[in-house]
Amino acid sequence: MSVLIYTESNEGKFKKTSFEIASYAKKVADSLETTVTAVTINASDVSSLATFGVSKVVNVTNSDLNTFHARAYADVIKQIATKENAKVIVFASTTDSLHIAPLVAVGLDAGFASNVIALPENTSPFQVKRNAFSNKAFSITEMTTDVKVLGLSKNSFGLVEVPVSLTEEAFTPTFSDADFGVKVTNAEKSTGKVTIADAEIVVSAGRGLKGPENWGMIEELASVLGAATACSKPVSDIGWRPHSEHVGQTGKPVAANLYIAVGISGAIQHIAGINSSKVKVVINTDPEAPFFKVADYGVVGDAFDVVPKLIEKLKIFKANNA
Amino acid sequence: MKILVCISHVPDTTSKINFVNNDTEFDTNGVQYVINPNDEFGLTKAVLLKEQQGAHVTVVNVGGTDAEATLRKALAIGADEAIRVNATAIDGLQVAKELENVVKQGGYDLIIAGTESIDYNGGMVPGMLAGLLGCNFVNACIGLEVAGSSATTIREIDGGKETASVAFPLVIAGKKGLVEEKDLRIPNMRGIMTARTKVLQIVEPVATSAATKSVKFEKPAAKSAVKLVSADNLDELVNLLHNEAKVI
Repeated sequence: MSVLIYTESNEGKFKKTSFEIASYAKKVADSLETTVTAVTINASDVSSLATFGVSKVVNVTNSDLNTFHARAYADVIKQIATKENAKVIVFASTTDSLHIAPLVAVGLDAGFASNVIALPENTSPFQVKRNAFSNKAFSITEMTTDVKVLGLSKNSFGLVEVPVSLTEEAFTPTFSDADFGVKVTNAEKSTGKVTIADAEIVVSAGRGLKGPENWGMIEELASVLGAATACSKPVSDIGWRPHSEHVGQTGKPVAANLYIAVGISGAIQHIAGINSSKVKVVINTDPEAPFFKVADYGVVGDAFDVVPKLIEKLKIFKANNA
Repeated sequence: MKILVCISHVPDTTSKINFVNNDTEFDTNGVQYVINPNDEFGLTKAVLLKEQQGAHVTVVNVGGTDAEATLRKALAIGADEAIRVNATAIDGLQVAKELENVVKQGGYDLIIAGTESIDYNGGMVPGMLAGLLGCNFVNACIGLEVAGSSATTIREIDGGKETASVAFPLVIAGKKGLVEEKDLRIPNMRGIMTARTKVLQIVEPVATSAATKSVKFEKPAAKSAVKLVSADNLDELVNLLHNEAKVI
């Protein structure tokens, strides 16, 4: 019996979320008096996982898996979970992991709790705390199945180094043709730009920017901070920014360490989408803007005055702390 | 082409979220219910496919009688018939198993659900349904074109999008982008009148138990007041973010 994690990598390096779920799984495994096993696909160097408590890696090498196929990946994880007699399987909250996790859960007749934000409150009965109602509340969810699948909300646990010794094992899964029924014909991925999914800091702007031509300073602020850019719903609806940048209840959820909102008044749907972010900064001309009620820090002022000055201050800070 | 659109009946996005019975149940008092926004994109896409290609569109909900108003709204928007599985929805696996039964009875080619509902945010029903049916699945779908018995889909990936060709039967989990927001259908008077004559079938549930249940709810702790920093003293903001919040 072990706690299993599915690790994702990008260009040969594990994503930070893989280390975060390893850290989380190690704590869960300790409470269940067991160990953490990681599933890796086409990974070459897995040693870094040992730093975060992973004591065994089961690696699948198969060129057919160089492209993401949800059903095939789910089959790999199901087969390894069965072989390892895994009782808890932890996924990150990335797009691909959220694609796979329900397939794995149903294949193992397991309960699935997504958006988990903390270690289990109990392990018998097994209860976890998760975000619900678009971050307006938490649900203590009890899982009654023998196997439990968890989706850990991004940035909810952090990295905890617990170095252990690591063993590696190869695994050859079996596939059916149906596993490859979704045939990818094209993929477009922005390169060299921090995405909302990977970002620890997000700089977001709204109609207070007055027009798409004014986004240069938002992009510069994001660049100085190594942040992703985002926007409010009206801005994406008008077409000033792409839909992929819309954060909120019906857009992308943001669970960043730092969320900076510029010229966004703070509609309830927007707040719901970003409420999991740890620290919120609001810059707005209107001191009565609802966003100030949920913000940690605020600046009442004109974005066109405040943002350029903030960029300069941050540049100086970065230079002094390089 | 037979299309099944899965509809969640959820509190309006502006609803105040409160709980009753010692914080074990959602307080429905004064709450306005709507079609789940992600499902609304899927429903509109299905109605567009019906208009363009002659599809037959069925909507389904797993829930109590209170969900019938939401299903009637979906009929008014353009669905041909509705099914309500007469069961209280407890968790994603249970709902997926009820939907599996509906799909097997109806023989649908394309099943459209929202990526997640805005109440319990599980994001699991479409994937679980596809897994139970053993059919193709595209999550976070923001583009769908149908030709014959296959489709071209576009899904969101982290930092981009991916196009794929997929044969039916197919489950997609749709969201904003599947259709433009300006194209979302709202019921008109003719649709509302027509909806009254359309079939709303009640199906009894198959005996399945839930794998998870919410045993208690909590609301986030009240926040301390915002710390306001003068626009003329942004060094102080940088200092707070570095030394107090420790985020830069």
